[in-house]
Amino acid sequence: MSGTKKETGFSFTIDGVEVTAYAGQTIMEAADEAGVYIPRLCDHEGLRHQGSCRVCTVKAGGRSVAACTQPAAPGQAVENETAHLNKMRRDLVEMLFHEGNHLCPICEASGNCELQAMAYRLDMTEATKFPYLEPCRALDASHPDIALDTNRCISCGRCIRASQDVDGKGIFGYVGRGIHRRVAVNGENLADTNADSGDHAMSSEVCPVGCIIRKRVGFATPIGEREFDKGLIGHEIEEKRK
Amino acid sequence: MSDALPKARIATASLAGCFGCHMAILDIDERLIELMKLVDVDRSPLTDKKRFTQRCDIGIIEGGCCNEENVHVLHDFRRNCDVLIALGQCAIMGGLPAMRNAIMHSDAPLRECLDEAYITGKYIRNTTHNVPNDPALPLLLDEVYPCSQVVEIDYQIPGCAPSGDIIFDTLSKLLTGKFRGFEREIIKFD
Repeated sequence: MSGTKKETGFSFTIDGVEVTAYAGQTIMEAADEAGVYIPRLCDHEGLRHQGSCRVCTVKAGGRSVAACTQPAAPGQAVENETAHLNKMRRDLVEMLFHEGNHLCPICEASGNCELQAMAYRLDMTEATKFPYLEPCRALDASHPDIALDTNRCISCGRCIRASQDVDGKGIFGYVGRGIHRRVAVNGENLADTNADSGDHAMSSEVCPVGCIIRKRVGFATPIGEREFDKGLIGHEIEEKRK
Repeated sequence: MSDALPKARIATASLAGCFGCHMAILDIDERLIELMKLVDVDRSPLTDKKRFTQRCDIGIIEGGCCNEENVHVLHDFRRNCDVLIALGQCAIMGGLPAMRNAIMHSDAPLRECLDEAYITGKYIRNTTHNVPNDPALPLLLDEVYPCSQVVEIDYQIPGCAPSGDIIFDTLSKLLTGKFRGFEREIIKFD
C-alpha cells in the first residue's frame, strides 16, 4: 500500500450513507466527522477510547462491535440506527439506571446528564422488566470544592482517563471485578488526594452523570434551561449533515 | 374530536406521591374543556368519589407503593380499569419516597428513616418518643415499590411532575386511538 493512501482516505457506509475515513480512524471518529451520531456513554472527545459501555455497539460485517474502538475499514457496511441495535442500547442504558440509584428528580445533574439524555433519545419510557438493585453507595463530601455521589456512578471511567492522561494525576481508578467493579479514589477519600476543582477530570463535561459534583454551582442554570433541554443528545453532530 | 364517540371513563388515584402529578393534570389549562368532552371522571380525588361506580377505560396512578393501602388501591385500579397509566416518576420508579430504600446507608433503612423522623432527629419535638403505631395507620412496606413491580402497567408518562402538554397529548391520543409513543423532545424525567 502506498503511503499516500492514508491521506486520501477511503469510504464505507453507515446505514447506507457514504462516510469518508482515514487509516487509523475508528468507525465513531469517522461518523462524527460525517455528521452521523452513534450513541455513546464511556467515550468522550479528547480522551482515549475504552469501549466498555457498549452503548455504541454497531453491526459491521455482520458482527457486533464497539464503534468507538473498532477501526473503520474500506467498503464496510455498518448498521447503526436499527430497531434491534436501539433496543439493545435501551436495555443497556436501563440496566445502568437500575444498577445504581438514579433519582432524576433530586439530581442536580438532571438536564445535563448524558445517561438521562440517552434514555430520552432511546425512548426509555416503557414499564421496566429489570429489578432495581438499589445498592448502598457512599457519598464523599470531604473535599472543600468537590463532592462524589457514587450512587450515580456508571463506571464509565472517563474521570480515570481524564485524570491520568490529561491532568497527569491518577486520582481515580477501578477496583473490584465484574459487577463489583467500581471507580475509587487514590486515598482514604477525595480530600486525601491532590484533586483540584480546576482538574479536567472534575469538569462538568467529563462526568456524564451527577457523580462528580463541583460544589456551589449545581443550580446556576435552572432545570428546564440545561444542555439537553435544548435538544436531543447528539444533535450537534447530526446538524453537521444538514 | 367527534361528538359521535362515546365518552370514556377515567379514574385517578394518588399513592406514595406528593399530589404534584394531579396538580400537573390541571396544567392542561383550558384544554381541560376539550378533554372533558371526551371523558367522564369516575373514582378520583378530583371528583371526591372514593369507590369505582363502574368499570373504567383508563386508570391514572400517581405515586409508587409505600404501604399496604397503596397496594390495595393499585390492585383495585388494575381490576377495574382496562388501561392503567403510571403518571410521573414516583409511579414509574419510586421517585423521592424510594430514597428510603438505599440512600440511607443502612442495613435497616426503614427503621433508620423512622427513627430519624420521629425520635433521633435534631429538630424533632415528639413528646411520646415513639414512632406512630396507631392501628388505623396503613402498614408500611419494607421498601417503596414502583407500580410496575406490583401490577402490570400499560403506559408510563414520565416527568416530575409531567408537563400539562405531555399529559394532554398522551390522554387525547389514547382516547382517539392515535397514541404511538412520545415525541422524544418532550420526554423528561425531571
